[in-house]
Amino acid sequence: MSVGFHELAEAPPPMTSRLDGELLEISMGPQHPSTHGVFRMNVALDGETVVKLKPVFGYLHRNHEKIGETTSYLGSMPYTDRLDYFCSMTNNWAYALSVEKLAGIEVPERAEYLRVVLAELTRLQNHTSLLGFLLSDMGAWGTPLMYAFREREKILDLFESLSGSRMMCDYMRFGGCRVDAGPDWMERARKVVDAYPRFLDEFEKLVVSNEILIARTQEIGKLSAELAINAGITGPMLRASGVNYDLRKVDGYGFYPRFKFRVPLGDHGDCYDRLMMRALEMRESLDILKQAFEQIQPGPVMNPKVKIRAFKPPIGEAYGRIEGPKGELGFYLISDGGARPYRYRVRPPSFINLTVLEDMCLGHTVADVMVILGSIDIVMGEVDR
Amino acid sequence: MIGTGVLKGMAVTMRNFVGSYFEEDRLTTVQYPEERAPLPENYRNFPFLPFDGEDPHAGLRCVACKICEKECPPQCIYIVKSEDKKPDYIGKPQFYPKVFNIDISVCMSCQICVEVCPFEAIKMDKVFELSRQERFDALLMRKSDLAKSNDYYHTIHPTEAAEVDANLAAAAAAKKKPA
Repeated sequence: MSVGFHELAEAPPPMTSRLDGELLEISMGPQHPSTHGVFRMNVALDGETVVKLKPVFGYLHRNHEKIGETTSYLGSMPYTDRLDYFCSMTNNWAYALSVEKLAGIEVPERAEYLRVVLAELTRLQNHTSLLGFLLSDMGAWGTPLMYAFREREKILDLFESLSGSRMMCDYMRFGGCRVDAGPDWMERARKVVDAYPRFLDEFEKLVVSNEILIARTQEIGKLSAELAINAGITGPMLRASGVNYDLRKVDGYGFYPRFKFRVPLGDHGDCYDRLMMRALEMRESLDILKQAFEQIQPGPVMNPKVKIRAFKPPIGEAYGRIEGPKGELGFYLISDGGARPYRYRVRPPSFINLTVLEDMCLGHTVADVMVILGSIDIVMGEVDR
Repeated sequence: MIGTGVLKGMAVTMRNFVGSYFEEDRLTTVQYPEERAPLPENYRNFPFLPFDGEDPHAGLRCVACKICEKECPPQCIYIVKSEDKKPDYIGKPQFYPKVFNIDISVCMSCQICVEVCPFEAIKMDKVFELSRQERFDALLMRKSDLAKSNDYYHTIHPTEAAEVDANLAAAAAAKKKPA
């Protein structure tokens, strides 16, 4: 029997306190160091146990979808960088993919490989910084986050020297990529990838067998596979619950069918599994990157038939989706034949993954709420759009 | 035994601390502003208007076609076209921008103006230390602030500028032949 996700949310709060217990309502956020941005939770507590949790968001709402309908197709590309500002490359790719689907644009081979390389580098740096943030939420202030950011900076340097910007890359275009990566860039990227396992080993040694971490994460915030599927959870969070669903395998977009990689799966669906899922996925990303560096050939990176000015796709609709570092990132576009999309809709992974927050938090303590929220991996730029 | 995991983690921290004295890889801090990390060649920040030769007015490549103004996603460019014409780099009389303003507090450095410009007249600058004391129009860059020489463009983006020069020379040669 499947578990409906409202049934759990509306379960009557258990009153376990023997004193004359009144529920204590506290408002966590929007200005709170562990809420990953301007996110607020109204939490009702019985003692220290969470009995009700209401997420409040919209503090960072900036009309992304409506702006998408008033600017040209190309004009929305830099705005997609600002959705999930940790992974602008994958955001660019998802948007470019849906416009390419809409207009039927071919992408040159080298550009497809470059996209895979950049998407996997993005996955690496996103998961690295997530591990740092998660540990800093648990009270390991500073050290793991600084180590994570030190490594992330190496990847951001690669992005900067290729696209011109560390985070707001704005690199992909419809029908390819904006500039080609030279041989020296490739050599630098190869060096970063070769040096990465050393950091991963070190990081795992730092945290994985740490008793405090195990006590804080194991059996905390369990998410059952049924609830995960019913709530539309995607990405590492779904796979931590044991569901084998990776769009790189399922959809086979880009050149992913050409690569050999495994999809790590969790068993318990708790915070520890979600944390380890990221660590394992990084190893697979490194494998994909190594294969991509071997397979990539020189060639054009841009389809010359695509117009930059006055780009007008034919009437129709398209939904392009990719496996972003946080889950399924999709862009839904309706074209009425004009220079602007008639409808522009984003399917943000972190917003939809956030919907099960209450179900995971009920029955745990306030301190666990931060860990559970951290393990979801949200970025408010994407949640609020 | 309980506590070994914590000790293992401490050992990693210790190795990083000691290693930061010996390994380049572990010591990444740069003491800005005394020390500066080098900027990559492709780095982009805000647009500027390159001009040929010495005179920013005579050499300005912009012909005030307003394509960038139209395509700019956050609408930070404002152009007023001139009434009279001036000769461009191949001697053809063209309009020029009487007013060319970029509000760089609005600009999001997306480079779309550079991509859509058919005259190679707007390029990305590398200046990033732009903090100002005033609150209102100190970040509104006017034509005089934006116009920078082609030599400057060569110093910040050498490869790209060489390509642009070659393209312009080829276009000028193609124009001159039939005439």
